[in-house]
Amino acid sequence: MIRIENLVKTFGAKRAVDGISFSVERGEVLGFLGPNGAGKSTTMRMVTGFMPPTSGKVSIGGHDVAESPLAAKRLIGYLPENAASYPDMTVHGFLNFAAELRGLDGAARRKAVGHVVELCFLESVLRQSIDTLSKGYKHRTCLAQALIHDPQVLVMDEPTDGLDPNQKHEVRNLIRELGKDKAIVFSTHILEEVDAACTRAIIIDRGRIVANGTPQELRAMSDLAGAVTLQARGASLERLSSLGRVEPVNGAFRIYPNDKSKAAELAQAVVELVNLHGWKVEGMYSERGELDEVFRRITLPDTAKKT
Amino acid sequence: MKAVWTIAKRELVAYFTSPVAYIFLVIFLLLTGFFTFTAGSFFERGEASLAAFFGWHPWLFLVLVPAVGMRVWAEERRSGTIELLLTMPIAPWQAILAKFLASWAFLAVALVLTFPAVITVNLLGSPDNGIIAAGYLGSFLLAGAYLAVTCMTSAMTRNQVVALILSVVICLFLILAGFNPVTDLLTRWASPALVDTVAAFSVVTHFDGFQRGVIDARDLLFFLSVIGFALFATGVVIRGHRSG
Repeated sequence: MIRIENLVKTFGAKRAVDGISFSVERGEVLGFLGPNGAGKSTTMRMVTGFMPPTSGKVSIGGHDVAESPLAAKRLIGYLPENAASYPDMTVHGFLNFAAELRGLDGAARRKAVGHVVELCFLESVLRQSIDTLSKGYKHRTCLAQALIHDPQVLVMDEPTDGLDPNQKHEVRNLIRELGKDKAIVFSTHILEEVDAACTRAIIIDRGRIVANGTPQELRAMSDLAGAVTLQARGASLERLSSLGRVEPVNGAFRIYPNDKSKAAELAQAVVELVNLHGWKVEGMYSERGELDEVFRRITLPDTAKKT
Repeated sequence: MKAVWTIAKRELVAYFTSPVAYIFLVIFLLLTGFFTFTAGSFFERGEASLAAFFGWHPWLFLVLVPAVGMRVWAEERRSGTIELLLTMPIAPWQAILAKFLASWAFLAVALVLTFPAVITVNLLGSPDNGIIAAGYLGSFLLAGAYLAVTCMTSAMTRNQVVALILSVVICLFLILAGFNPVTDLLTRWASPALVDTVAAFSVVTHFDGFQRGVIDARDLLFFLSVIGFALFATGVVIRGHRSG
């Protein structure tokens, strides 16, 4: 549904987006990760047709955004950064305005507005003006606007920014639910969101894609992935080091495999060692790897890569 | 055209849901009253016309019209709603035209509310109501020209005050180019042809005809082309800062 080829955007001498290509099909939820200023918002603005790219192509459902912008825009629902909306309007007025601009009239409009109000839990604030709403409600109002025409493509710029943990949870569930029959791209810098909602994630840094894969694949890039942490009375560093590199952590030992692909065998080897020496095991687990470690490692400048 | 209507309707409702609209209307009516009857010495003139009323409009509008139009784009840019609006399935020109028309309609409401002046002059004497109608048309076009300039400056910045000041300066130039004290000054060292050319760019030169009851196609064309040009420039400015 979304196809992006070699997208470049320069602001003066700065290359904000530097040759990004990816595609998202129906049923996929793509998480767009990256530090602040990495080019996430700029990319989304080009996808939605707000900004023309310096070079490269964006096509939505087969419509080139530059050549047939209206056809492409019709397929997209967009939640801009900070969930901008008109503060002087009521929620009801705002949703009707969005529906009217999307070409919905009469009964179809009433039905569409009713549907998104239910979906985003806006019933109780329908007649309130938007500037009197809490941040969570403002956010959901803008999200409702993006969903009003049941778009095939949903683009969201930090959809959970500024929400409380309960609201974040709701929005993530909603994204996962919607992702079953839509192509969704959303940006975030909260890594747990990738696990909670994405089928695939892209990490970008200084305008370039630095990692692309499922959350599991990204996690496996971590140094930690496949390591075994053992907490056992009697265990000694010397004995364990025969299995691989060992590091003491808070009274336990973490054993890193020499070869990542043999992680399962490492766990078995640790168990055998424990049995051989009769250590009393208090805890033992295999590490899956941590996303934030991967994120830090690939987005920090080389000098800061240590630790 | 439907999108234009949808956006214009929203803009117009936005004017009347904020207190600013009512404050503006009151100030506008108080000032026109003051300028017509006190500063314009309406009663001392001893003539049944609204010359004292219309004569002040280029100056009165100079501050009031930019005050109405300054928020049009600056506010959209400041709050980020411009991103929402321009990613809707509409062409940018539709949004530009809609916003202009909504503000122009608001100014038309303000002008209509000056009707007591027409009643007064009709009660006191028997004026030529054709001249008055032409005067209103001229005033409406004048307001439109200032407004289009304000739309353009409003698109240039996210700060409403900057938009206000810029448009006042530009509109002041549009007045002064044909303002008698200035043209007199110019004739001392410039050729009459040059002075006339400069004066042809002035709103005052073209507004005068309407006040005398003459609706000249060239004057109509002048105002409509100022509006058209300024709105076109608005489109260029908006496209400019989207492409960075």
